[in-house]
Amino acid sequence: MRRFTTRHPVWTAIIALAAAILLWLIFAAWPDGLTDAIGRKKIFLNALFNGITLGGLYFLVASGFTLIFGLMRNVNLAHGTLYMLGGYAGFYAASLTGSWILAFPIAFVVIGACGVLLQVLVFRRMEGEDLRQTLVTIGISIVVADLMLWGFGGDFYNINPPEWLSGPMQTFLVTAVKSDGTPVFMKYPMVRIVIFLFAVVVGVAMWLALNRTRIGMMIRAGVDDREMLAASGIRIQLIFIGVFGFGAGLAGIAGVVGGTFQSIAPGEDTRFLLASLVVVIVGGMGSIPGAALGALLIGLAEQFGSVYFPTYAVVLTFLIMVVVLAFRPQGLLGRS
Amino acid sequence: MVAVDRTSAAERPRGTLDRVPPAYWVVGVLLLVLPAFVSPFILFQIMGWSFVLGLIALSLTFLGGYGGMVSLAQMTFAGLAGYLVAIFGDSAVDTISQGWPWWAVIPLALILTVLFATLVGWLAVRTEGIYTIVITLAIAAAFFYFTRQNYDIFNGFQGFNSVLPPHLFGVDWRGGVAFYYLSLFWAAAGYFLVLYLARAPFGLALQGVRDNPRRMAALGYNVTAHRVAAYALAGLIAGVGGILLTWQSSQISPGTIAIGPAIDILVIAVVGGLRHPIGAFIGALIYVLLKIFAVDVLVALGLSGERFQLLIGLGFLVIVFFSPDGILGLWDKLRASMRRDPLTGRDRSDLP
Repeated sequence: MRRFTTRHPVWTAIIALAAAILLWLIFAAWPDGLTDAIGRKKIFLNALFNGITLGGLYFLVASGFTLIFGLMRNVNLAHGTLYMLGGYAGFYAASLTGSWILAFPIAFVVIGACGVLLQVLVFRRMEGEDLRQTLVTIGISIVVADLMLWGFGGDFYNINPPEWLSGPMQTFLVTAVKSDGTPVFMKYPMVRIVIFLFAVVVGVAMWLALNRTRIGMMIRAGVDDREMLAASGIRIQLIFIGVFGFGAGLAGIAGVVGGTFQSIAPGEDTRFLLASLVVVIVGGMGSIPGAALGALLIGLAEQFGSVYFPTYAVVLTFLIMVVVLAFRPQGLLGRS
Repeated sequence: MVAVDRTSAAERPRGTLDRVPPAYWVVGVLLLVLPAFVSPFILFQIMGWSFVLGLIALSLTFLGGYGGMVSLAQMTFAGLAGYLVAIFGDSAVDTISQGWPWWAVIPLALILTVLFATLVGWLAVRTEGIYTIVITLAIAAAFFYFTRQNYDIFNGFQGFNSVLPPHLFGVDWRGGVAFYYLSLFWAAAGYFLVLYLARAPFGLALQGVRDNPRRMAALGYNVTAHRVAAYALAGLIAGVGGILLTWQSSQISPGTIAIGPAIDILVIAVVGGLRHPIGAFIGALIYVLLKIFAVDVLVALGLSGERFQLLIGLGFLVIVFFSPDGILGLWDKLRASMRRDPLTGRDRSDLP
């Protein structure tokens, strides 16, 4: 942090200024001129919150992808398929057990098992063959997408959160001041905030696990030099299976979250595969903090885009990716 | 050092015509006289479509097989050329279409497509291997969404219909026989261009860059420039294919260039085999036959015709899982096992 400030004083100033403006936009009551220029504060705050919570969802999907890629250099283009399978698994788990909370561990275990199968049956046979992995996983995603369409139909599946989570929550942010002087507070769906907090907890836990535990040390060593780690007596194939299972399980959890936020329907697999690809490219492949930053950026870009320039909102995210690639090909926080 | 294309090394006697392998004569004559025997449906729908898709897949074969860069944006280049022909030329959407003459429209469309491909290439070659696939996929998706949202130039969701080839020399080029020869001509042109380039200095340098970029850079070759040039050329081939595709279906819309079709091009090229340009056309023929007849086969097997994607996906999965070099790789394996002596396990030609 301090090194960054001393090396890039101009950038630090720009970032600090942007943060200050953002904080002012969030907390201050907007003057009329600003409201006339870019619309009401409520819309802005909603876009901001939607963007951040969507970023949480993207982080859950993309962190599994980036973890798998970072350790094993496995390119799993069936990651979106795992996400969608997780959504369906969560839907059935929730409707069978009647508990929304239980859907998460069930989806994690089921999709984690799918990930273990993928690693054992597919990726282990073609270690280091990038192109073949890509092609095989594209093939798998085509086949499974059609099987899912066959099995679950083209309907939208919604996972309903429990009673105590549904409904809005009053926040302390003022959106407007009424003419008699009483402030109007912003209301926001409780479930999205809870899920965002959950994503933050998952991210922090992953960071701690990677940086503070023995397993995490092994994984980090594996990222740097696989052969050396195997030579020092660590059973690396077990670690690979574990990491792949965990990453896939995260995609499964993300599927449940996605089914609660939005819905699960055919085509969502490609959408989330693309989203996680863009997120990890922007953030830097193989970096967990990078995935968090990328997810936040892309989530915000998508939501602000859909509010302020609705026509080209989708293109905006890709534009960010192109700009990042042109100036920093390894991603914002990636190692070159 | 440089892995030159095998066929070029194998057959090289003297004389211009002697150098053409007999298989070329057989296939060439067969393709030329085919219209005398089969119906216009087969000519237009099966053969014409195969040539066109093969041409687009050929651009990927060139890029992937000789340049080592697998791009998923080839359908995007093809689609852009198709769109430009619709925008500058004639279509049913006369509020957007300019209605310029064909001799201005087609070169303009191709030049703009090559420029776009160069730009994409410049962006994509900043990365390597798997990143290239991911980035070109993202570009393809971005272009798809852009055309779907933009109504001023690309006419949004509907796209353009009634995009017809010009009535040149009094021939209706969308007629079965005429379109067959048109697409055959361009497919053959693309095929021989790639074959020629594979042995030309540029192609050899490109294969060198594929095999060992660092050594080629040390030898004084500009690695980036070679790669970007390969993208530009692949953009040209894909652009020609895209214009033909637009004429064949007489329409262009975001559905033509969606992520599914972009992946289909990869499927075609890989199933056929990336090592030789003929693979693209073999893959395209298989794909088209499946696409047209799979429904009947599925219904005959007692499944519903909607499971077409499943069939394609399973076939693709089996081929990439067991033979990374596609059908051509299977063919080579078969030939190698035929040549092997069953008793000694050695090559028969090695025996005294």
